Amino acid sequence: MFDHLDLVKLIFGRLTWEALPLHVPIVLGTMIVVMLGGLALVAVITYNRLWGYLWHDWFTSIDHKKIGIMYIILGLVMLLRGFSDAIMMRAQQAMSFGANNGFLPPEHYDQVFTAHGVIMIFFVAMPLITGIMNFVIPLQIGARDVAFPFLNNFSFWMTAAGTVLVMMSLFVGEFARTGWLAYPPLSGIAQSPDVGVDYYIWSLQIAGIGTLLSGINLLVTIIKMRAPGMSLMKMPMFVWTALCTNVLIVAAFPVLTAVLALLSLDRYVGTNFFTTALGGNAMMYVNLIWIWGHPEVYILILPAFGIFSEVTATFSRKRLFGYTSMVYATIVITVLAYLVWLHHFFTMGSGASVNSFFGITTMIISIPTGAKIFNWLFTMYRGRITFSVPMLWTMGFMVTFTIGGMTGVLLAVPPADFVLHNSLFLVAHFHNVIIGGVLFGLFAGINYWFPKAFGFKLDEFWGKCSFWFWTVGFYFAFMPLYVLGLMGVTRRMSHFDDSSLQIWFEIAAFGAFLVLLGIISMLIQFYVSFRHRAALRDVTGDPWDARTLEWSTSSPPPSYNFAFTPLVHDVDTWWQMKQAHYKRPEEGFIPIHMPKNTGAGIMLGGLSTIFGFAMIWNMWLLVVVSFVALLAVAIGHTFNYKRDFHIPADEVARTEAARTTLLANHV
Amino acid sequence: MSTHTDLIPQDGHADDHGHHGHDTGASHSTFKGYMTGFVLSVILTAIPFWIIMSGGLHTSGMTALVILAFAAVQIVVHMIYFLHMNSKSEGGWTLLALIFTIVLVVITLSGSIWVMYHLDHNMMPSMMEQQMKNMP
Repeated sequence: MFDHLDLVKLIFGRLTWEALPLHVPIVLGTMIVVMLGGLALVAVITYNRLWGYLWHDWFTSIDHKKIGIMYIILGLVMLLRGFSDAIMMRAQQAMSFGANNGFLPPEHYDQVFTAHGVIMIFFVAMPLITGIMNFVIPLQIGARDVAFPFLNNFSFWMTAAGTVLVMMSLFVGEFARTGWLAYPPLSGIAQSPDVGVDYYIWSLQIAGIGTLLSGINLLVTIIKMRAPGMSLMKMPMFVWTALCTNVLIVAAFPVLTAVLALLSLDRYVGTNFFTTALGGNAMMYVNLIWIWGHPEVYILILPAFGIFSEVTATFSRKRLFGYTSMVYATIVITVLAYLVWLHHFFTMGSGASVNSFFGITTMIISIPTGAKIFNWLFTMYRGRITFSVPMLWTMGFMVTFTIGGMTGVLLAVPPADFVLHNSLFLVAHFHNVIIGGVLFGLFAGINYWFPKAFGFKLDEFWGKCSFWFWTVGFYFAFMPLYVLGLMGVTRRMSHFDDSSLQIWFEIAAFGAFLVLLGIISMLIQFYVSFRHRAALRDVTGDPWDARTLEWSTSSPPPSYNFAFTPLVHDVDTWWQMKQAHYKRPEEGFIPIHMPKNTGAGIMLGGLSTIFGFAMIWNMWLLVVVSFVALLAVAIGHTFNYKRDFHIPADEVARTEAARTTLLANHV
Repeated sequence: MSTHTDLIPQDGHADDHGHHGHDTGASHSTFKGYMTGFVLSVILTAIPFWIIMSGGLHTSGMTALVILAFAAVQIVVHMIYFLHMNSKSEGGWTLLALIFTIVLVVITLSGSIWVMYHLDHNMMPSMMEQQMKNMP
């Protein structure tokens, strides 16, 4: 490393002008558009003098509601990036037949599918899940904030730092060309000597710290900070699924960190954990990464199950059917999530005994999941159902997810998997469960809790447009892939010779276009709702006549959430309080102790980005400087003793009196 | 029901120790507890050390097993005397977390060994032989 100390190398490492995409027109064009867009955004913010507001009210905020909203914005922005990768792939595969090579050269196409997978899982689904949990959990359990408010802000900025690194790879250097899990030996230094895999490693490591810390934070919040009376079996279903998800995060993410650390040792210092020489074994990487990877699937889907439970009960006007069985199904899924990882590599050669064990455990996991589906159906049975947008997403989920689940059970049969492994059938299956399950759940959740977050409902018409475009688009985009997969077409191909396949890819591309319309409808929905926010305003704090505690406070909630901590008597506490003709207290307020904003989180996040960038490009001087700076800021923050303040009682009284007036004027 | 019984004023402290009785909080050890743990650890370390220094048992596999057994007992001693693990601290949450962790660690370790043994056996024999020849 240091055999010839040359100052330029020490400062710039591998970074040269060659790293900029000046010779690739598509990327250059994207880069110019993104830079112009970024400049326009900065200009608008500066023109409206919003920097101070953003800094004081958002970036340094340790209010769990604002951090949750920032997570969701991050996830939605990255959804646009991940989807543009998707539509590029669909277009490429639809046109690249025979003599036509399409518009993406193979080395670029490989980066696109890798980036699509990484971004959609780590920087879309995870931030959206974490954001919704962050926003909802303290409100649902009657708490004022999460257990460690500063840690929450720090976690968000670490996730954002990882995102920045992924986005940088688009314009400075390149991203990995290895597929979203970067299996060695392809991801080893011999096969991938350039920066792509290093971007992958460092963006995931940095974002992974954020995910792990927020997992610990929410876990402690749920265990230690529930309102009095809320025993475990009186927690709302979403809190239960979030609890199990965070247990999974805390148990699984260290495995990812460790396996990526081993891979980086292989790449940076020449160890041989996963090489094919000197006793290394690449199969160990596959084994370890799926020990994280399978629980990750349940980390994503469990909170979505929780959202569906809340939405179904609310919009069917009924208590959730089979609450206890739902809780046990969730717990069983949590444990079984650790017993099935091998089904991701049946074909790697572990033999009949191992394969049949993991095949059977995989099939068993469909039992608790099926029980959940029946519970939702029985909740709807003889309910007075309102077909509002969150309920539509939920019903779309029930149909779509069941299909995806059945193809999953099919893939769980090892002999069938030998035929379908690595085919487009698999691609169709996991999109079927992740779009139909996770994404539909997140959209249901966003539509459901939006009025709580911003004080006005989302527009129904554009919401329904978005739902129908997404659902129909999904079926057009992925049903052809099932067909192609059964015909034996493998995944990750940028070119085909057999022109009889083309029609299926064209149908799939049409589906992707419909999904694009769905995404556009959703953006229009946000815009239209914002324009009509006066008409859509929610003054009651309970626009859906819902059942859990978050709806007992105002929309948006005051920074302290609840002036008085509620006492819980029932699973559907707020519903029970309404039945008992609950009256809001209007006097007797006391000062409320709250945590204070701090800029340490964003500084640590920024320094981590610099550190990661320096590691990727081997800029050793910058590595040392940024690492020392990271330690200095982290230690410096421990000397910050001005961490809390009290909201005076008369300010609480004023806020609550304003709400009393608002409620009185709109009865 | 009356409205005010449903509400309690809260001063906002997340970890208000005043409300916790000693049965639900983390348990604290005593000087005696730490000394017992320390002495037990020393004994449990000294015995394996003595076994090795005096030449080991009949077979090396046997020796390894005995040492591992002592190590496992020592883990339990550390858990109880230094980490204050018992069924009552934090309302049982620490014990529950420990059991869950043990279950997961056993699943992942034994599962990985099982899977990797089969993979190695089925997929790597020729490579293994080749490497054996290249070894110094």
